[in-house]
Amino acid sequence: MLRFALGGLAANKVRSALTMLGVLIGVASVILLLAVGNGSSQAVKDSITSLGTNSLTVSSTNLRGSATAARKLTVDDAKALAGATDAPSIKSVAPVVTTTATALYGNISYTPGSIVGTYPAYFETANQKVVQGDYFSNDDVLNSRKVAVIGSTTAKQLFDTEDPVGKRIVLGGTPFTVVGVLATKGSTGFNDPDDVVIAPLPTVQNAFTGFGSVSQILVQADSADATTAAQSDITRILMGTHAITDPGKVDFRVSNQASLLTARESTSKTFTVLLGAVAAISLLVGGIGITNIMLVTVTERTREIGIRKALGAPKAVILGQFLTESTLLSVLGAGLGVVAGIVGSRFSIVGIKPVVIPQSVLGAFAIAVAIGLFFGSYPANRAASLRPIDALRHE
Amino acid sequence: MTARQLPAQQQPAQQRSARQPAAQQPPVIQIRHLTKAYGHGDATVHALRGPLAPGTGEPEGVSLDVEQGDYVAVMGSSGSGKSTLMNILGCLDVPTAGRYLLDGIDVGHLDEQQLSLVRNRKIGFIFQSFNLVPRTTALAQVELPLAYAGVRAAERRRRALAALSLVGLSERAGHRPNELSGGQQQRVAVARALVTAPAMLLADEPTGNLDSRSTRDVLAIIDDLNASGRTVVLITHEDEVAEHAKRVLRLVDGQIVSDVRQAPVDGPPPALRALAGARP
Repeated sequence: MLRFALGGLAANKVRSALTMLGVLIGVASVILLLAVGNGSSQAVKDSITSLGTNSLTVSSTNLRGSATAARKLTVDDAKALAGATDAPSIKSVAPVVTTTATALYGNISYTPGSIVGTYPAYFETANQKVVQGDYFSNDDVLNSRKVAVIGSTTAKQLFDTEDPVGKRIVLGGTPFTVVGVLATKGSTGFNDPDDVVIAPLPTVQNAFTGFGSVSQILVQADSADATTAAQSDITRILMGTHAITDPGKVDFRVSNQASLLTARESTSKTFTVLLGAVAAISLLVGGIGITNIMLVTVTERTREIGIRKALGAPKAVILGQFLTESTLLSVLGAGLGVVAGIVGSRFSIVGIKPVVIPQSVLGAFAIAVAIGLFFGSYPANRAASLRPIDALRHE
Repeated sequence: MTARQLPAQQQPAQQRSARQPAAQQPPVIQIRHLTKAYGHGDATVHALRGPLAPGTGEPEGVSLDVEQGDYVAVMGSSGSGKSTLMNILGCLDVPTAGRYLLDGIDVGHLDEQQLSLVRNRKIGFIFQSFNLVPRTTALAQVELPLAYAGVRAAERRRRALAALSLVGLSERAGHRPNELSGGQQQRVAVARALVTAPAMLLADEPTGNLDSRSTRDVLAIIDDLNASGRTVVLITHEDEVAEHAKRVLRLVDGQIVSDVRQAPVDGPPPALRALAGARP
């Protein structure tokens, strides 16, 4: 039966090939588009882990309609958090000020994405690692030393191939000594985390922002599981320092990096589903192509069907023969589609490295085969129901 | 009757020998008051009607018995109803009214599935236009009805090769229809028709598309088959072809107008008897 089906397909090579192409494109696009969607959500996941899943950001909010002006976050708030004895889930605290300034090295001028003034705890909390030189120390912070750790993009812009460690750069008129270079994190799309200069908090406050408020307080929880506990601890302590009793009127916000990115991940999941739906439609169109071509085949081979029926072929055999043919079309098309999809996913598409989902390969293949059976059954049934006398007379 | 009963009934048919007196066998074909009409109302065409009933003037239908081992030629001009008769005899078409018993089975009450079984086991078709399956080797063509009968591959091959050698085409087993001449194609069709050892060979103008030499070849094979006991019903409009038959029916306007016996049922067909007679 398989031999007959193959023979039938081989009799019209171009037609069979084009029909298979329809299924091929359908299956390949399902696999590829789902891989792209998966790849982008994978990228978001990776950036979550690179940010540190157990870090929390405290930022001040201006509560609208509030009678009293919101209190800004201060270093004292950070100290209160760090010094709290009844908050075991808080591991380390780093107040952060950010500003921008132009950096000069020799005659090269460059403006880094941000200048961060903070404590050494920041490096661990924000998952920033130094690959060249060293971190600045608590001692540097206490003495307001003019030292800085720079991101890899900044290093590249200012020093190109030179070793930046030990070099002096001028930031907004203040000379800083570069003590370390951060490991490259890679862009997450919106901003470059490698385009940064990190210096001790008092140094930056002294040179740029003044000793007032801080922009953020970065808190590291004990573990990823402890973030919720840490979040409520932070809220409790800061409500104390800010003298707020009504939890609805807090003038700060504790945000979880991970939860922020989970939102982004769910966006990319929606994106994946949409891509999958488009691909599924093309698979469906491929299936309709099978029906179309099988109908043509049945019409073309009506006489042959008549001969077979005259020779005593039962209905089931004719049905089986044409179903085998249409299923073969879809199986071959789907097989090639799987190959095309997997090969295609080796290339990066619009900056996203596709990650093939094994289930999508199996699923697309199975759906294509099912489509072959389903869409082939109508023409096959039509062939099997032909009356032998009519079929034999057909020219 | 169920489909499963058919193979059991086929057994005695295969064991029949040529020289058994016909009287001991039930007729292969029994037709009683068979009519076939196409169309409706005023446009009705009675392709088969038989004589008109004396009282009512309604068509009485065709009645016909064909004995086991007989060789019947059905003659008639086009439009005489011979193709309709052939289609009904071959279970390709159903009569409007009347009974048709093929090898003792009333085919009027069979469903689609059982009819395909009857066509497979009881009837071997030979068509004017050969009707071979395209792109299929001669051997596979002959194996086809056996495959539908559920015969195992090895047995199928053996019987198909035997049938092909019977028609003198064993060395052409691997050829496809487009690599065979018309006469060879028709001989493949004959081999295909006889491979299942059917109760009846049904040939519809088997020589209509053949030159005179191929015609002689094919008719000689059919004569031999009849001589070895196979019942043959042959439809033709050529007198030379009809001369090979033991019995000649003439159809005009859906009725049998003449029924001439040219040779006894239990003897060899006339062409072979002439050959035997010529020998000393």
